Order: sequence, then C-alpha cells, then structure tokens
Amino acid sequence: MLDMLKSVFSNLSRKPVTRMYPYEERKPFDINRGHLENNIDECIFCGMCQRVCPSNCIKVDRKTSVWEYNPFECVLCGVCVEKCPKKCLKLDVHYRSCTDKKYNIHLEKHDDSEKAGA
Amino acid sequence: MSDKSTIPFGPQHPVLPEPIHLKLVVEDEKVVEAYPAFGFVHRGLETLAQKKDFNQMVYVVERVCGICSCMHGQDYCEAIEELMGVQVPVRAEYLRTIWAELHRIHSHLLWLGLFADAFGFENLFMQTWKIREKIMDILEATSGNRVIISVNIVGGVRKDINSEQAKWILKELDDVEEQLKDINDVVMNNYTVKERTVGIGVLTKEEAYELGATGPMAKGSGVDLDLRTTGYAAYKYLDFEPIVEKDGDSYARNLVRMREIFQSIDLIRQALSKMPEGDINVPVKGNPPAGEVISRLEQSRGEVVYYIKSNGTKFLDRLRIRTPTFANIPALLKILPGSQLQDVPVLILTIDPCISCTER
Repeated sequence: MLDMLKSVFSNLSRKPVTRMYPYEERKPFDINRGHLENNIDECIFCGMCQRVCPSNCIKVDRKTSVWEYNPFECVLCGVCVEKCPKKCLKLDVHYRSCTDKKYNIHLEKHDDSEKAGA
Repeated sequence: MSDKSTIPFGPQHPVLPEPIHLKLVVEDEKVVEAYPAFGFVHRGLETLAQKKDFNQMVYVVERVCGICSCMHGQDYCEAIEELMGVQVPVRAEYLRTIWAELHRIHSHLLWLGLFADAFGFENLFMQTWKIREKIMDILEATSGNRVIISVNIVGGVRKDINSEQAKWILKELDDVEEQLKDINDVVMNNYTVKERTVGIGVLTKEEAYELGATGPMAKGSGVDLDLRTTGYAAYKYLDFEPIVEKDGDSYARNLVRMREIFQSIDLIRQALSKMPEGDINVPVKGNPPAGEVISRLEQSRGEVVYYIKSNGTKFLDRLRIRTPTFANIPALLKILPGSQLQDVPVLILTIDPCISCTER
C-alpha cells in the first residue's frame, strides 16, 4: 500500500518537472527539425526538393525563378535538405509560431544580370 | 432480471483516445457478447503506395502509427531492401535496433500510463509519463523529432549516434531504469492494481495460439512467440530471451510489458557497446524489381506484416500492412464475454489497442 511513498517524498523536495511554457522555453536540441528555410540567393531552382518531397509541399518554377512552400503541409522529414545540391535549404531548430491564418511562403529571385543578358 | 440489453462502448470513450466501437450485450452487469466495429479513422494510406514513389512511402508508412512509427518504417525498408537485394551496413542495423527499442520503451510506458488512467490511478499515469519524457528527449536529440523520427531510409539510416550521445543515452537509461524500478513495485504489488487485473480476462495458451494473438497478448498466455528471435536487424548479434508469462490474465500481460521495458534497456546497452564503426547507409540505385515480398518484425504490440508487390517501376502495385492490434482483436472478443462491465475498459487496454494502425 505504501509503495508510492518514496516517489511522494522525492517529489515534495524536487522542483516541478513541467515548465511554465510560454514564459520558460526549453532550449531545442542541435538537430531539432523546427522549420524549413531557403536561402533564395543561392537557389538554382533545380526542383530536386519538389521531386523528393513526400508531402508535395514545395513547388518550384524554374522559368520564373519562384520557390513556393506550404509550411502547413510540410512534415519536416528533412529529405529536401539532404538532397539539395546547393545546400541552400536548411532546417532551423526553432518551430514556427502559431497562427490563425494559413499562408504559403513565396520566394522569388530577381537576377538583374540575367534579365539584362536576355 | 436476466433480460439482455445492449450497451455501446465507444467510438468516443473516456479511456480511449482512439475510436473503436464495441456493441456489448450485457446481462445485468455481465458481458455476454461483444461485436466490434471499425473504420472510423481509415485514411487509405496503403493506396498511397500507388501514387508516391517507394522512397517517399517510407515517410507515409511511418505515419501509420504514432507510437511505433520507427518500426513501421524499418519493416517497410527491410521489405524493399529484400526485394532489391540491398545489404545494409552493420552499423545501420544496430542503429535501427536502438531506435526500435527506444520506441518499445516509450510505447510500453505510454500504455502503462493509459492503463493506470483506465482504472483511475492518475498518479501512476503522471509518474510513467514523466519517465517517458526522458526517452522522448533521447529520440529528439538523436533524430531531430520526438515521435515520428524519420530515421529509416531504403539502404540504411539517415542519422548517426556518436560516442558522446551514446554515453549520454546510457546515463539517461540508468536514470530511467532506477525510476522504473520504483514504479515496477507499485504496478506489480499494489493491491488496487492486482484487484483489477489478477484472474481477469484469462486467455489460455491454446486459445491465444488458435486466435492468432501476438505480442504481449500471446506472451502473457505462455506462447513463446517473439519475432526478434528470428534475428532481423541487429538482434542476431544480441543476447536475449523472449519474455513469457504463463497465467494469461491481465496481470500477466502487464508483467510481460513491464519486463519488456527492462529487457529493452538491456538490449540498448548491449547494442551501444557492440555497435561497430562504419557507414550508416548504402546508396540505392534504380527501382525495386517486379516481385512480391513479405517482411515481418516485432513491434511493441506484436507482429507487424508488410506485404509488398512491385511491378518494376518506382510506384508499388500493392502495399498491405497487417498490424498487431488487428491480430489481437479476435483474442479480445474471446476474453470480453464473461467479464464484468467495469472491467471492459481495462481489458481493452490490456491488448494495447492502436486503432490508427488497425485502420491505416
């Protein structure tokens, strides 16, 4: 009947194992898959991320140099980051904050020299 | 007073987070018949195999179940590797084993918490989930995610465990084991727990075998059936015996799961000490050749079977998953008649039901 007593006494002297979350955040682990970021200046719009993505959340348009990403469909597996030939995709350790509206992340590259050449 | 009446159990029920419906025919307080109904969370994941290529499917099958997701991915990858004749590096086999055993520990701890909650022992529920958090931290620190860890790929694994992490894991496991020993006394010797489990829901060895029960349900009835002894992944290099209890009641099934947690801790220690250096994956070129393959492995709830039919393209023809909960439903329907109505939630939880697995 008194099996739990040891835990009871140790819990009395210990500080809580839970955290007051919004005020106190845990430091994320180094390899945490928080959210996906693309350094658009280095992107070559090869479309590899679009091809390997299991949830089809990335759309790449090579002609218009547009990289579009739906963070709400992304499952954060990180395959695109591994396959990216330019290593411009990166998984940040922090999670995206909550929102009441869904949105797409639309990144465009404006390369003036290319336009001038064309 | 012997009129029969029918009571619906679920699909929404306080003890179960997942939807299962049981039509219980009761005579006074005694259950005489039970009819199950499924299909509330069917997602059609098997059909996706025809729409996503075989590499992308790894991430889909991981989402069949949140609790044994790593082992779903592992089984799928092993099936494809067998089909393609790919030999994964030994280190990858060890890493798969370590993550699978971590999943087994956290699955059993989750079950123990829910089980304690089912008969109102909320304190035990909080204690077990507190311990489970350490395992989740290990998973997050080694893979990047807490639950769906996405480490398996066709040809090996994606993440590695370095020696510093291995030391930290061993230290955390010592802590987990110490805290679990305290919990073990509570679960196994407590008057309340024994009163609700000993001699209730007895499944004999013959019944368990004939009804095709698997995992702790079969082991608790004395059926010596553990697929890890077949030596897939790194289990062939590790030293262990399947855990079997004779009684076949709810208490025996508890005991199997509690002992399996300690066994898993031991297996992780063995695997970390024996793990060789080397590559963690091999490049896989081309598509799976046309053919069929069946791959099985031991999940925390029992045996999972993957049947894959490939047509030589990157899309599979057919993927069929037989999950352990599905195999344990006939055994559940066997132990329900004759039990008291108040024992029904506890009996359902002793099969450790995972309805999302069952309906895919």
